[in-house]
Amino acid sequence: MELVKVEDLRKYFEVRTFTLPFTKKPKLYVKAVDSVSFHINEGEIFGLAGESGCGKTTTGRCILRLIEPTSGRILYRGENILDYDKSKMRILRRRMQIIFQDPYESINPRMLIRDVVAEPLRVHKLASSEEELEDMVARALEDVKLVPPDDFMYRYPHELSGGQRQRVAIARALILNPEFIVADEPVSMLDVSIRAEILNVMLDLKEKYKLTYLFITHDLAVAKYFCDRLAIMYLGKIVEMGDVEEVIDNPLHPYTKALVAAIPVPDPKVKIGEIPIIGEVANPLNPPPGCRFHPRCVYAKDICKKEEPPLVEVKKGHFVACHLYSKG
Amino acid sequence: MRGVDVGVAAMPVLSVQDLKMYYLVERRGWVRAVDGVSFDLEKGEALGLVGESGCGKSSLGITILRILPFNAKIFGGKVVLEGKDILQMPEDKFRKEIRWKKISMVFQGAMNALNPVMRVGDQIAEAILLHEDVGRQEALERARNLLKLVGIDPSRANSYPHEFSGGMRQRAMIAMALACNPSVMIADEPTTALDVIVQAQILKLIKDIQRRLGISTILVTHDLSIVADLCDKVAVMYAGKIVELGPAEKIYYRPLHPYTAKLLGAVPSVKGKRRRLEFIPGAPPDLLYPPPGCRFHPRCPYAEEICKKEEPPMKEVNGVKVACHRVEELWNL
Repeated sequence: MELVKVEDLRKYFEVRTFTLPFTKKPKLYVKAVDSVSFHINEGEIFGLAGESGCGKTTTGRCILRLIEPTSGRILYRGENILDYDKSKMRILRRRMQIIFQDPYESINPRMLIRDVVAEPLRVHKLASSEEELEDMVARALEDVKLVPPDDFMYRYPHELSGGQRQRVAIARALILNPEFIVADEPVSMLDVSIRAEILNVMLDLKEKYKLTYLFITHDLAVAKYFCDRLAIMYLGKIVEMGDVEEVIDNPLHPYTKALVAAIPVPDPKVKIGEIPIIGEVANPLNPPPGCRFHPRCVYAKDICKKEEPPLVEVKKGHFVACHLYSKG
Repeated sequence: MRGVDVGVAAMPVLSVQDLKMYYLVERRGWVRAVDGVSFDLEKGEALGLVGESGCGKSSLGITILRILPFNAKIFGGKVVLEGKDILQMPEDKFRKEIRWKKISMVFQGAMNALNPVMRVGDQIAEAILLHEDVGRQEALERARNLLKLVGIDPSRANSYPHEFSGGMRQRAMIAMALACNPSVMIADEPTTALDVIVQAQILKLIKDIQRRLGISTILVTHDLSIVADLCDKVAVMYAGKIVELGPAEKIYYRPLHPYTAKLLGAVPSVKGKRRRLEFIPGAPPDLLYPPPGCRFHPRCPYAEEICKKEEPPMKEVNGVKVACHRVEELWNL
């Protein structure tokens, strides 16, 4: 069953340029997300990966309407939430939450942990008394294994380690009993030894509360470990999508191939080989015509420079946007 | 094995012995960032210095290069470069003869390490002019050659850093580190801020340069995968100390220190099967008040009484140096 469905999502950011008064200059746009479509099944962990600037974070935020998309549809349980008004959106927000990348910045350093975690309850007026509120906070802290909760409630963020802070951020996202959580690089700021602990907590919570995650990451090794399905983005578009093992072990798109080839492995006998890619990422203000990857692609043909390749299913559940795989 | 000449040929390029460097925190005491570290770096070797944030790996780099902040103090030890102790050398002499000329560094975050208002070529030439008695034209010519060496079109010497991409800036930083033909290059997280494809290209460049110029490299990083790609030898640091040191293959395939073993268990691999990753409970200690005995004992699943009391000495086991009391019994050696 589809929980979230994204259809033809676009987000164009206007770039402010200097113009003399009374002169006209065409407006410039960065097409951060340019016609992205995918769905996330209930109970699934859907990964969105790509390099910096590919639009993965913008996509995640558009789904929560933290950024208003330029166009497209976002269906949550079949309803287009872009049609929702403020009050309807507010009710929906109880069911969708976000965990940010940097636990040193996403938590107010002047609030007690108890108040950080309780804030969503206060915003949505869900606790009838202070005791009830405290109970709920304690339960959320227990869920993220900050035990005993009494040891943490009356502390300030600076007294906690990075991993503990990120668990506070997870507790805060969890306290409203959401169904859907966007996790935007939740472990990229953490040390390796702590990373696995946070991911394991997130997996346990998913089982316990039947959560659905959108997991945004630049790290394919983490994605492989954590996600069920994965979409790879390049310059605002999804270039490949499918089961995580299929996409990483058997990549089809030339960009995914390069990306996978470039990742070092913790094995001294395996060295990074040649990376089949040319040059550097194009300027997103002026993306190349046709397939956006064509100037860097070692297999580019004439058609790649002219026509944009559609995202098509080449194997069951494995989609790729590349002319190499189109029929005819 | 045939006999090895004792003398110049067998001498390591750089030998660090029982090095200690602490930071003073007002009213609280000394943070023991580097606390009795020893290792040798052979000619042309790449040593990976791995550890988590706050383990002292970057502090070790800046101690060797003696570019310490005002509150840092060296408490002892030796840094022997090509047979001479450079730790005791007067600062003036060190600056002229060692820093950048013999030992150079590639800093973390190339975006911020370059001077934004100076042309890239001039910045590289400046490093040469400061250390060698050459003319400006010659220095600029060499800067252009260095840019070529790191894969940048020499004509870009006239560009400013903002006209370079992140990867190119890091290449320029490497060119600058190579400016005076050093014997040792310390690369501190040289690829941390870069995307994975650019990272792979920079790693390849470092490997190439090492092979072609025979420079000994110390790679400081938190990423065990990068070390596996680049280094022959690995030193694992924890809380200011090296806990395990040896050839990369031995350490990766048969880690002996419980910290190394746990750390490797926590690293996901893109080539591996999906599995549940291990983690190390707790957090590294506060180096203002490091725990007595073995510094890893509060997080170690195998800790016993002795680990809490006595600091483990470095022992040589199976060709690997390891600082753990229980290493033999744990692995039935």
